[in-house]
Amino acid sequence: MSNLKFKVMEGTRSAAHSIFAHGFRSFLTTLGIIIGVASVIAVVSVVQGFSANITQQFDGMGTNVINVESYTPRKERLQGVRAKLTYDDYLEIKYRVPGVSNVTPTVRMWGSNAVITYRGQSSSSMIVGTASTYQKLNTVYPERGRFFNLSDDKSRRRVAVLGPSIMSKLDIKGDPIGQHVAVSGEWFKVIGIAEKRGKLFGFDQDDFILLPFSTTRALLGGAEEPDITISLQIDEPSQLEQVKQHIKNLLRRNHKLSKGADDDFEIATADQMLDTFDAIIGSTTLVLGGIVGISLLVGGIGIMNIMLVSVTERTREIGIQKALGATRFDILLQFLIEAVFLCLLGGLIGLILGFGAGSLISNLTGLPSATVPVWAIVLSFGFSAGIGLIFGIIPAAKAANLDPIDALRYE
Amino acid sequence: MSKQTIIELRGIAKHYMMGSEGFYALDGIDLDIYLNDYMAVVGSSGSGKSTLMNLLGCLDLPTAGEYKLKGTDVATLDETSLAGIRNREIGFIFQNFNLLPRATALQNVMQPLIYRGIALVERKQRAQDALAMVGLQDRMTHVPNQLSGGQRQRVAIARALVTEPAILLADEPTGNLDSSTTIEIMALFDQLHRDGQTLIVVTHEQEIAERCHRVITLKDGHLMSDQVNNVSVKQSSSEVSAHV
Ligand SMILES: Nc1ncnc2c1ncn2[C@@H]1O[C@H](COP(=O)(O)OP(=O)(O)OP(=O)(O)O)[C@@H](O)[C@H]1O
Ligand SMILES: [Mg+2]
Repeated sequence: MSNLKFKVMEGTRSAAHSIFAHGFRSFLTTLGIIIGVASVIAVVSVVQGFSANITQQFDGMGTNVINVESYTPRKERLQGVRAKLTYDDYLEIKYRVPGVSNVTPTVRMWGSNAVITYRGQSSSSMIVGTASTYQKLNTVYPERGRFFNLSDDKSRRRVAVLGPSIMSKLDIKGDPIGQHVAVSGEWFKVIGIAEKRGKLFGFDQDDFILLPFSTTRALLGGAEEPDITISLQIDEPSQLEQVKQHIKNLLRRNHKLSKGADDDFEIATADQMLDTFDAIIGSTTLVLGGIVGISLLVGGIGIMNIMLVSVTERTREIGIQKALGATRFDILLQFLIEAVFLCLLGGLIGLILGFGAGSLISNLTGLPSATVPVWAIVLSFGFSAGIGLIFGIIPAAKAANLDPIDALRYE
Repeated sequence: MSKQTIIELRGIAKHYMMGSEGFYALDGIDLDIYLNDYMAVVGSSGSGKSTLMNLLGCLDLPTAGEYKLKGTDVATLDETSLAGIRNREIGFIFQNFNLLPRATALQNVMQPLIYRGIALVERKQRAQDALAMVGLQDRMTHVPNQLSGGQRQRVAIARALVTEPAILLADEPTGNLDSSTTIEIMALFDQLHRDGQTLIVVTHEQEIAERCHRVITLKDGHLMSDQVNNVSVKQSSSEVSAHV
């Protein structure tokens, strides 16, 4: 055993010697491994950082919240029909479905009619018209000032809560509370500033303005009713399925859907969204894993190829070593260790590059910061070592089985 | 004086198949080599000298006959044991030096001690001593292509001696060297012989053969003659100090 330890030590010394003697070639040899490991680490670090962030956000949302949105089935969409949830639907749910609270209608506007101006500065931001219950449902708290209340909504007051990004976009100086901004040409008084939430997917989550729902409806004009999202909270989580069924029946009746027709709305819970998200992350990881697996395989074949060349090139050296008393096992071990060492080195470089790339991607796109989980590090090193072992064995065996006299005669 | 036998060869043959024709590089060699023999192997080119040396050095195996090294029949040994014999009992010196090109002189001399499982510190010490013995204490960190031919061969000799082998086999050790370097190397061999080393030297040079105490002649794979040299060996200690 101590003999083997000695041999491994000597093999490692000699491997390091020969790898660094051909530095550039060694680097090219391991490029496949480097790229494979770097890409897996880059992706994993970004996805992990992202998913940690998402989970955190969903945690804040509360798991007993349901979102109801309109959904146009494909067939209808092709016919130019658009499904819609209306204020009526909201009232129906609010007054007819038992066991729910904080039923909140939300209408969103963005694009060209969602321009906010302030002293000559203007900004295209998302306009969210919602009720005062929005605050309880989403556990958002104003950083400064206050959120709007029931009476603001009832009396269609022209008040607004700003996302923190608007402040800088409109270049609002001093205390914003009490100042006025124009939304679609109408003046609104700023009563609060929301908490900062940061960026997600490069999308600024703080670039919005919250207005009372009734005010927003009036602003949009009566020509066409807007499509709204209805969010609500279930009082008793165990009642989730009943509540969903109840809402479903209600909306189907309201929308006069015939028996065979598909729903023209979707009911989703935060948990469901989290599950969906997890599934997406999972399958993305799987697909990436496959791609990385293939790239590591290609990298391994590259290693084997160069190792075979190197064995041929060093045939005489192997002959000399055998003449000096190296056993088959000595030579086998020497080349195996060299292959594994090479792969581990590639893995290490890949790890560093991958983490660098991941951090860079996060920084450039505004994704949450990259984190490399320990399992990914262990896995990449394990994989690298495995590749070295598997693809090193053939060249090593070739070297070990050389006949001493033939090897010495090799020109 | 009773002579202790180190090597016994009985009916040794080496047969090569060249296409459909067979060819004997060695044929029916009977030979005993004794402790502290200083033996030259001569014969024309292709007579089988190198073939014999490779068999003696356990780099190659005979196709027929019996080779006993210190009483052990080599034919009974497996690859690992043969490697062990090459490591412990044999010191091989080649015409073209056969140094590891990327390793320094010191590392080259340390190399066989690795296979014997000797730890780094002791390995280094023994290799330094061996290099000092061949007069290369100030060339330890040179790689082979930073050394002259004579220096390379002395590194190879140090490498062969560092394991304190039972026999030193030298196949035309001075074949690639000029005459003054040849004299240096031979003086070194004379010294080793006086110190009790058993040496076998293949040579084409009459002068070298004359320095040895015993000369065998091969011809077409057969042992033609086995003579003891009467020529008293020139005292060479002065040459050692003059040239090393
Ligand atoms: N692997 C081989 N296959 C076939 N024939 C071989 C092989 N090795 C050696 N021979 C032949 O065996 C014979 C003896 O070769 P060997 O190398 O022993 O000669 P040598 O006496 O050392 O000659 P030199 O003085 O030129 O070195 C030669 O005819 C050679 O061609
Ligand atoms: Mg020869």
